[in-house]
Amino acid sequence: MTGVVVIGAGQGGFQLAASLRQEGYEGPVTLIGDEPGRPYQRPPLSKAYLKDGRVNAIELRPESFFDRNAITLMASERVIRIDRNAKAIETLGGVAIAYDHLVLATGARNFVPPIRGLDGRGVFGLRTAEDACRLRDALARGSRRPIVIGGGFIGLEFAAVAAAGGHEATVVEAAERLMARALSPAMSQRFLDYHTKSGTRLVRGAAVTEILRDQAGDVVGARLADGEVIDGDMVLVAAGIRPNVELAEQAGLTVANGIVVDGFMRTSDPDISALGDCAAFPDPSSGRSIRLESVQAATDHARTIARRLTGKPHAYEAVPWFWSDQGPLKLQIAGLGVGADEDHAIEKEDGRKLVFRFKLGKLLALETINAAAEHMAARQLLKSPTKVKFDELAQCGFDIGGLAKARKVQT
Amino acid sequence: MTNVTFIAHDGTETTIDIANGDNVMRAALANDIDGIVGECGGSMMCATCHCYVDDAWADRVGPRADGEEDMLESAACEVKPTSRLSCQIRIEPELDGLVVHLPESQT
Repeated sequence: MTGVVVIGAGQGGFQLAASLRQEGYEGPVTLIGDEPGRPYQRPPLSKAYLKDGRVNAIELRPESFFDRNAITLMASERVIRIDRNAKAIETLGGVAIAYDHLVLATGARNFVPPIRGLDGRGVFGLRTAEDACRLRDALARGSRRPIVIGGGFIGLEFAAVAAAGGHEATVVEAAERLMARALSPAMSQRFLDYHTKSGTRLVRGAAVTEILRDQAGDVVGARLADGEVIDGDMVLVAAGIRPNVELAEQAGLTVANGIVVDGFMRTSDPDISALGDCAAFPDPSSGRSIRLESVQAATDHARTIARRLTGKPHAYEAVPWFWSDQGPLKLQIAGLGVGADEDHAIEKEDGRKLVFRFKLGKLLALETINAAAEHMAARQLLKSPTKVKFDELAQCGFDIGGLAKARKVQT
Repeated sequence: MTNVTFIAHDGTETTIDIANGDNVMRAALANDIDGIVGECGGSMMCATCHCYVDDAWADRVGPRADGEEDMLESAACEVKPTSRLSCQIRIEPELDGLVVHLPESQT
């Protein structure tokens, strides 16, 4: 009995190991991660952890959990090869481990855009706990004017923390609006207003072409494609991520914008599954192959695989959800707004905001600020095979909470 | 430090010392208490740290936070008047001896 081997000890890899035990799996479980220490949560790295740096507040479980559940954790260990014929993996440290089933939870890495002068000190990324520590140190050491490359979730969460700490950040975003890949134009605008008011400068539709340094090699600014020079004393690169697919590719598995899996999270080799940031899976609602970078996808993928490996297979069917905390704004997204052809935005006097996103008259997603009830109602409604129609919402004055309750009563 | 007792669904009792200011979910995870998941890390984005505050303590723990009630609706087990998201219970010296009961399942 060689058991289940999981490559990647992020939240998804950890959840898989934990869920296997919860589902009654009794074989060996080996969790291999290339970072030091025990598995931890990444979302707080750009939020609370950036402020307080408390490691024990982000660790998923203490050592006793791994002992008690007989989960072998191999930290600081990198897998360099998968031998599908021998059903074994090999680590950089020269250890070979055989598997009955292999799970690729390899995650993603930060994308580094081709910018001159990016190599050298004063340039940071934000994906690992180590990244966050370095970044926090730089802020504490007196960096006043960070330059953020990328106006997505990570860049803007950082900007909110920086602004709260009195730093004057400049965010440079290539698209015309913030978080454009994930959010409706109306919601992008709301965040633009917030960050502008907090003292963060947002440059949109612009690309950094060069990091400027003084003779000592310290960052003094950045040059944009149009020639404008932005002052700054450090750089955070938050320009998106790339899935870690190399191991899968070398092993001959199908890869297309991620490691391709079916609705049961199986790769093109039935003895290998993939989950989380690195997996391209069929979207249960549209059937399209998608890749999601979220805690929800990673953990729900993990549960799907754990159930299958313990003889209770069911296809992945979770409704995607996301969140981001930026200053006082708690953004929550239920569903996927990609391909929306109509948005309906509601602004409440108390600052709450809702954007309903539709395609062909059917609700795709709901974006909310500080409106947990509506977010939960949307998650519940989007789960149902009966789609929510624009007219239905219009008739009830877009009271999605009321609609969810009414439907609950009917069923 | 403040003593908090967790009573699992099967009746198992575990008492731990929690630093004041910490929340109950975080402390439960750090002390390897089974029955608390805390998937979102305390952002009130899930309901996997659901607990029932013991009747004797319900008043002293205080009311639910803004939005907590809505998240509780998605809890896996029955929501009772004493239901709380444990990530929203902050430990203070007055809560010394607090008893919380854990539901059968969180997901």
